[in-house]
Amino acid sequence: MHELGITEQLLDLTLEHAARAQATRVTRLNLVIGELSSVVDESIQFYWEIMAKDSIAAQAELHFERVPGRLCCLACQAEFGFSAFEGQCPQCGGAQVKVVDGDQFRLDSIEIENEVDQ
Amino acid sequence: MTETKRVQVEEHILSINDELAAGLRTRLDAAGVFAINLMASPGGGKTSLILRTVEALKDDLRLAAVDGDVVPVDVEKIATQGIQVELINTGGSCHLEAHMLSPALDRIDLDAVDLLIVENVGNLICPASFQLGTHANVVIASIPEGDDKPYKYPTMFRGADVLLLNKIDYLAVQEFDIDYFRRGVEALNEGLTFFPVSCRTGEGLEAWYDWLREQVRKTTAGSAEARELVQGS
Repeated sequence: MHELGITEQLLDLTLEHAARAQATRVTRLNLVIGELSSVVDESIQFYWEIMAKDSIAAQAELHFERVPGRLCCLACQAEFGFSAFEGQCPQCGGAQVKVVDGDQFRLDSIEIENEVDQ
Repeated sequence: MTETKRVQVEEHILSINDELAAGLRTRLDAAGVFAINLMASPGGGKTSLILRTVEALKDDLRLAAVDGDVVPVDVEKIATQGIQVELINTGGSCHLEAHMLSPALDRIDLDAVDLLIVENVGNLICPASFQLGTHANVVIASIPEGDDKPYKYPTMFRGADVLLLNKIDYLAVQEFDIDYFRRGVEALNEGLTFFPVSCRTGEGLEAWYDWLREQVRKTTAGSAEARELVQGS
């Protein structure tokens, strides 16, 4: 459900950057979302269509680049996928791990159209 | 003619919220308030913990609370303890955002508060994404929820500064592997402050009160020092 709040802020951020670039239309958003950020793509897309309806970003296509979660054991340095994590390192049983990838929650770029003089 | 181009943004999606939160933090710091963001599942014990905490600390510290909810039931309960408590009607939203907290802070005389407790909406997923400008994320988990929660909600537990494991009196009747639970939390969150407690029996709560007193003491000392610096310059 927090996708509603997230979409609201995503729209604000998009329109702010679009205005700065004097865009007449936003055609695409390139989002980078890590596995450890719990958001549902379809849900953001759904809210976007409602919330962006009357804006220059109404037709924008939302593109989600998903980054898998990767953890690293602090004891043996082994790297493994987040899905393999059950409270300890699957290699050596070490109790401390750190996140090396997958916590992105970023609007990387937007694609826009603007009118230019000939 | 129409030109198409790509504009680099490279910003955190919630950067607008995060900026507002940073502004709220400055406001709290200037007033010498230590603020906590209290999060848990519905029924985890947020209101019980607040009631206990207010009762234990209200003679020593100046307390205020903010409650994100749709109905004022919890607000009325907390108000019986004689402290100021403000309701943020979330209108059914699953979490608090910085822009919701701001008007509630306007209604509180922050200079007359040492400890502000922000009770977030009962939910373990959504509140974790939204910073509020508070100084510590305090998460309550409870025995009846099961020992696998850290594995299901890594974001919430990763972002916690303090974790209270509530309802430890249930350990007598329910299987719960505390070691497995702690491993899941601490594996991703080294240095987490952990308090096993029972809001029903009061067990373990002294350590939590002491921790709060210590944070308030540090905040008050810090803000007195900052004031001296300003006056001295």
